[in-house]
Formats: sequence, C-alpha cells, structure tokens
Amino acid sequence: MLYDIFIDPFVQMYQMPDFFLQVLWEGFVAGILYALIALGFVLIFKASGVFNFAQGIMVVFAGLTLVGLHENGVPAYLALILTIGVMGILAYSIERVVMRPLVNQPDIILLMATIGLTYFLIGFGEFIFGGEPKRMIADELGLPTGSTAFEFGERGLVILQHIDVAAAVIAIIMVATLGVFFNKTRIGRALRAVADDHQAALSVGISLNQIWAIVWFAAGLVALATGIMWGARSDVSFALEIIAFKALPVLILGGFTSIPGAIIGGLIIGFGEKIGELYWGGLVGGGIESWLAYIIALIFLLFRPQGLFGEKIIERV
Amino acid sequence: MNAFVAKDELPQSVPATNSDVLLRVDNVSLAFGGVKAITDISFDILKGEIRAIIGPNGAGKTSMLNVINGFYHPQEGTITWRGSVRSKMRPYEAASQGIARTFQNVALFKGMTTLDNIMSGRSLKMHRNFFWQLLWRGPAEREEIEHRRKVEDIIDFLEIQAIRKTPVGRLPYGLQKRVELGRALAMEPELLLLDEPMAGMNLEEKEDMSRFILDVNQEFGTTIALIEHDMGVVMDLSDRVVVLDYGRKIADGSPEDVQKSQAVIDAYLGVSH
Amino acid sequence: MFYREAGQYKTSYEADQALFPIRQDLVGIGVILLVAFVVIPLTANDFFLASIMIPFLVFSLAAIGLNVLTGFCGQLSLGTGAFMGVGAYAAYKLTTIFPDVNVVFLVLLSGFFAAFIGAIFGLPSLRIKGLYLAVTTLAAQFFLEWCFIRIPWLYNYNASGAIEIPKREMFGVVVSGAEATPLARYFVVLSITVAIAFLIANVLRGRIGRSWMMIRDMDIAAELMGIRPLQTKLMAFAVSSYICGVAGAMMVFFWLNAAEPSSYSITLSFQILFMVILGGLGSLGGAFLGAAFIWILPVALKFIPGAIGIEIGAETVEHLTFMVVGALIIFFLIVEPHGFARLWQIAKQKLRVWPFPY
Repeated sequence: MLYDIFIDPFVQMYQMPDFFLQVLWEGFVAGILYALIALGFVLIFKASGVFNFAQGIMVVFAGLTLVGLHENGVPAYLALILTIGVMGILAYSIERVVMRPLVNQPDIILLMATIGLTYFLIGFGEFIFGGEPKRMIADELGLPTGSTAFEFGERGLVILQHIDVAAAVIAIIMVATLGVFFNKTRIGRALRAVADDHQAALSVGISLNQIWAIVWFAAGLVALATGIMWGARSDVSFALEIIAFKALPVLILGGFTSIPGAIIGGLIIGFGEKIGELYWGGLVGGGIESWLAYIIALIFLLFRPQGLFGEKIIERV
Repeated sequence: MNAFVAKDELPQSVPATNSDVLLRVDNVSLAFGGVKAITDISFDILKGEIRAIIGPNGAGKTSMLNVINGFYHPQEGTITWRGSVRSKMRPYEAASQGIARTFQNVALFKGMTTLDNIMSGRSLKMHRNFFWQLLWRGPAEREEIEHRRKVEDIIDFLEIQAIRKTPVGRLPYGLQKRVELGRALAMEPELLLLDEPMAGMNLEEKEDMSRFILDVNQEFGTTIALIEHDMGVVMDLSDRVVVLDYGRKIADGSPEDVQKSQAVIDAYLGVSH
Repeated sequence: MFYREAGQYKTSYEADQALFPIRQDLVGIGVILLVAFVVIPLTANDFFLASIMIPFLVFSLAAIGLNVLTGFCGQLSLGTGAFMGVGAYAAYKLTTIFPDVNVVFLVLLSGFFAAFIGAIFGLPSLRIKGLYLAVTTLAAQFFLEWCFIRIPWLYNYNASGAIEIPKREMFGVVVSGAEATPLARYFVVLSITVAIAFLIANVLRGRIGRSWMMIRDMDIAAELMGIRPLQTKLMAFAVSSYICGVAGAMMVFFWLNAAEPSSYSITLSFQILFMVILGGLGSLGGAFLGAAFIWILPVALKFIPGAIGIEIGAETVEHLTFMVVGALIIFFLIVEPHGFARLWQIAKQKLRVWPFPY
C-alpha cells in the first residue's frame, strides 16, 4: 500500500517519460483554461469586490450565443463580433440592474446576487438556445485543428492538439493585454483606484458605474474566449458551468485579486489534478478530479491563508 | 477642565514596592516585517493606579496595548503579570486572567443589543453547557438571570437604561463608547485597558466618561491603563504617565514630571534639527 | 391597535427574557402551531402534504441549520448539501444495521455523524475567513459527494447506487418507506422540525448563542473578551451540521423514499443558502419564510400557465421558472438585503402604530 502511494507512481513517471510529458501537457492546457476562468473572477473581484459566481455561466452563455447565431445563418466572424456586442449589452445590463442598486452591500449579498444571476442566465440561455449541447464552430473561426505528434526518446510519442496550442497562445496574449491595460492606461489606473476604495475613487471623480460596466465587459470577453476554447475541446453545453467551480480553488491559491496569481494557481491546479488523477487516482477508485483541486487548495490555505500572492494580513484593532 | 476631580485631593499612594506591581513590561520589541512598531520598551503598572500611555500618532501606543493583552506577540522582551513571567499567550487567555479592554475604533458587536453586548462580557463567568442551554428552563435560565442582575447594575452605573434593548449599531458614537466600557466592566477585570476612551467626544461626554473612569478606579479598585490624546484629561486622571514616540519610551513619571520633560516637549512641538 | 405591547409590564427578568416576550407573538405562535398540527392534517389532501408541506418543513429545518452557522456565527458554508447527505447515508446505514430500532430515533442519531464530519470540515475556519472559507467548504461538498458515489458500502452495494428506504413502523403506524401515508410522515417531520426549532431558539438566546454572534460581529473583540475562536466555531459547525444532517435524513426517509448522491449535490447547498439569505440571516422565523419562498414559488409557477389557460411545454416552464426565480432573488436582495425577516419586522412596527402612520 505504502509502495503504491509513495514509490510506484514515481517509478511509472520515470519508466514512461513520454506518458508523463503527455500528462504534463494535458495539465498545462487544463491549467490555462482554469486560469482563464479565474481571470474573469479576478477582474470583477478586483474592481468591485464582487465574487462573481456567474462567470461560469457567462462562459456558456457567450459560447451558446456565438454558436446559436452561426446556426441561424450569420457568418462566423460576424457572429463573433455580434457576440462581443451581446456581452457588452449583458455587462451594461448587469451593472445597471444588479450591481448599481446593490452598492455597499455585504459580500455575501453580492455573492448571492450573482448566484441569482446564474439562475437567470441558465433559464434564459436554455429558453433561447435549448438545453442540448452544441458543437463549437472552431473551424469556421479559423482555429487550427488536428494534432502533431512529437517523437520522444526511443519509443515515446507526445501528441499536441493544435487547438490546445492555440488556447495557450490566446490565453497568454489575453493576460498580457490585460496587464498592459491595468497598468498603463488611464482606465486601468481608475480601476485600481476603485479596487482600493470606492468612496475615495468617487471623490476624485471616477465614475464607478462606468468602471464596473467596463470590467464586466472585460470579464465577458474573457468568458467568450474561454467558451470558444473549451467548447472546441468538448462541446458547448450547460455542463461547462461546472468548470466554474474548478476556478475557485485556483482563486484560493492565487488570491482573489492577483492576475499572475490566477495564472499560476490555474497551472498548479491543472498539473496537480491531472497527475493526481492518473498516478494516484486509481488507488481510491478514480474520479478524484472532482475534489482533488479543493483539497490541494485547502491544505495550501492552512499554511498561507492569504493565497500565493496576497500580502500577509496584519489584523488591527 | 476644572470639572474633573483634582487628583492631588486624593490620598497619595504609598511608594511602590515590588508586590504592588500588577504588570511589568521588560524590554519589549515588536516589528511587522521591517517596520519596528515598538523598540525596547519597559514600564510597569501598579495595582490600583491609573496609568496613562501617551504619545503622538504612530508612536506605538495601541500596539503596546495589543501586546499586553496577547493580541500581538513581541519578538523580544517579557511581560510579567501578577509576579509570573508570561510567555506567549492567546487573547482569550489574557481575558480569562482578568485583562479587559476597549478599542480605539469602537468594536462592539453591531448586530446585538446593548444588553446583549454587556452580557457578552459575562461569557467567561457563565458555565452552563450546551445541553442545559437547549432546555433553558432550570439551571441555564437561573444562571442567565443571575448575570443579568450584575449587568443591570452596570447599566445603572453607566446610566444607559433607556438604550438597553437598542441594537448598538443605531447608537450615537458617545453612547457606543459607553456601552463598550460597560462590556469591559462586565468582565470584572483586574486590569482595564482603555484605548482612547474619549476620542471624538464633546466636552460634556468627556466629563461623563472621566467620571466613570474615576469611579471605576476608586469604587471597584480596578487598575486602569489608558491611551488618550486629550492632555487635560490625562493630566487630571492619571497617577503616572509613560510617553512613547516612534516606538520608544521617552519619558515616564508623574504627570507634572512628564510635562516638564524636554524630550516630551520636543516630541509634541517638534524640534529643529 | 391589535398588535401593541403597551400595558404589558414585565416584572421579572424571566418574563423579559422569554422567547416571545410580547403577548400577541405568543398567541400568534400558538395559532400557527394549531394550524400546523390540527387544521392542516384535517383539511389538506395528500398532494399538498407530500409535495408542499413535507419538503417545506424539511427545507426549513435545513435552513435553520445553515442559519446557525452562517446567520449566527458568520461562517459562510457551501457544503450544506453534503452535510445533509451525511445525515441521510448515516441514517440509512443505521436502519440497516439496527432494523428493530425506532426509525425516528435513528434519524435523530444520524445527525451526530453529520455533526462530526461538519466539525472536521470546520477546522480550517480558525485560519480561513469569509469567501475563502466558503470555497473551502466546497471541498467538503465535492469530497463527500464523491464518497457517496465511490463507497458502495454506504448504499449497501445496490446496483442502482441509490439508497432506498425500508418500511418502518412507529406505534403501529408506517412512517417510512413507500407505504407510509403522507399524513404519518407529515406528523413526524412536523414534530421533529418544531422540536429542534424550539431547542435551538433556546441555545441562541443564551451564552452559546451569544458567543456565536460575538464571533460573527467582531471576531477579534470576541477573542479579547475570552471567547475561544476555534472551540466556538467548531461548535457552530457541529450544531449546524447536526441539524442539516437530521434534515437530510428526513428528506430521504419521510419525503423522497429514495436518494442518489446527486440529491445532495451543490445545487441543494445553494438552494438552502438562498432560503437563509432571502429569509434573513440570523433569524429563525426567516428560515421558514425563505424555505416557503424557494420551495413553493417554483411549484406554484408550474401551475400558473395552466391556470390562466396558456399551453406551454413542460421544458419551457422549467426554463421560465429558473429565470423568474433568479430574477426574484435579485429583486428581493435589492429591495431588502436583510430578507423577509426584516420585512416582517417593519410590518410589525407599522402594525404597532396602526392606524396612525407613525
């Protein structure tokens, strides 16, 4: 038993390095996608202190809108632009209808409101697009398909799906853009000001409403990108919503307000989950992917309650 | 400030012998990362006295109180409480040994009424376990009533009968401070730490609060350590004063001595370098 | 005019500390109990009892359980569904192992297993606060759900993976299993819910309830006043999980008859949390109001289209229900973030001065 836990997995890793690399790559891709969802959370949490539970459903909603438009005869690229427009309208409506009346409420109330929003969007999405899974229009959008196999060592093969490579590239570009946006532009500075202190930001003439609409829109774009990538790997369906839960341990690891944290947290969870499932999962009957991420995050939190990149909290009285 | 009871009309306390020291702080230093909040401070608090801790903003006064009641753990130095050297301890242990306090920014339990807030000060003295609490009738209720009597005494003492059932969040600031004092008193502490008990009060409220502090000290014999910025109050109320600046002790002694100290004058008025 | 406490003098602290110090409230509770124990059983049909009242009471109890933790002790939990599941599976195993023991007793006993598990998952609460804690309770949710699926011993190695409730009698009346009448189940569920609600109300007004609220309102100050944070929080976790566990066991024993792991999924956790928030954090009465709203509203919505003569497919109705519930949740959060309990208080205040505006 101890051998199975402590030695055997490592022997396997050593003996079949190609398989191990493949697992690492899978973990990397999953991690990137988790990081993308977590990024959506971080954007909104940073600017408004709202823990946006609806991020997962926004991913589904964006994907469904894109596919749904295309199914109704809209060309792929036009559909993409229209979907961006829809996310903009959604962001504005959420700001206007949900967030603005709830300014200054406790965290838990805002969290609840976004869960209410989740319910609403589930009903709305299913009402319009139906509940069955749809195929993502990856080809039509010009995303690469197929795969390349790399030989590795004497008898090994590592297979890279092109779509995964594309996902990684897009994610990196997106994070870089957001980083520049946050740090170099006027709106980015206003955004950080709002994140620090609503009232102080208001008093120097920053429009809260505008900033919030912008971050919700940015989160919507991130959701759309996630929806396309994840949809291309499987299908677009409401089952995707469950991946939003995977973003939560990522957030815990990275801290709720750190963009680099989201990325690194995503990768840790992605790697940990895949390696854990494939090398140790069998010992307890498999399927441990559903909770392993949480346990990793939980153990981690016990030692560092403020997350990887959060500052040490000094409590004052 | 002549409304205050002048201190020198009271019988002079006898010179301190070692057994009269309730709490002694020896060479305590506290740092947060690279920031030194307290550097090598020593002083003592005698049984039954009112000891003031003063100093400009950021001098480390509140940090000092936090060290005394176990909320911060100093990197260096020891604290001697009732003759025994205290190692690291948790705040609830300090509380159970008879150290109570009030806070600079009122830290009442906002969702509870005045009565419940003061009752919460009795927590350590109530012992009926969960199963008695489930039943309520009988021992749990008797215990509740017994402590309710004590709490009502405090409510009478502080003259806050009218706001007994009001949620404290709705009270004006001055009354909140008073409720907070009541909550600390309910613990029947040996040492009462007051962190700026009069901040943000008008003259009348300050007079009331000063009277309460003196009454507590004289009638219940509670030792008090207080931080206060109002020098008039400090000089009138306190028996001895310790002055901090930038985390260091710059003066210690009777109010008169401290007032004359050059270091203190420099700290408060600034000095040309 | 009718709801006024003027002239009711309290001459002892006993009277002042009573659960319902105002006479009208006492009468009101009496009337509600009378309706629940006498009027409803006499008049209601089986559908009303089985599909509305029993689930409503089960959810109310679960909401009370979560309210102890979140509303009174301030620890946000998203693992309620799993803790309810622990109660259900524990009760199921207990009835298998001790087939002759009274089933109600076993249901009450099963709560202790949930309490134990709940306390274990409450351990991180010493260091982890707020939303972070909420996310860590998800660990409990997913891990326990996984256990319900992967540990066949828990469901007696049934091929279906579900637990099915055997027939059990109490005082010669069948109370659980498919043959039990809704009326018998209703009485069992009602009695347990009412009893636990009263007992927990006692705890909440005493020392322990106060220590929970101290932690909730200002944990640092509470600690400086001698409250041990870990002990207090763990107790809240245990008590809360006990109640949720009993509710979960009642859910399968007296309502559903059979349950799969997915019955105790994250969706259930959210449902209960909604009940608590909409009902009002820190209010026992609110838990009942919230449960009524979240459970009865969707049921009612299903009947509205038919009642006004519009034909829509069952699926569409479900989608619309989701939308309406989501929208109403947001609406009520905006109108009154403190929940129905606060609305009720405001109404009482208005009643007190009626017919004058103030």
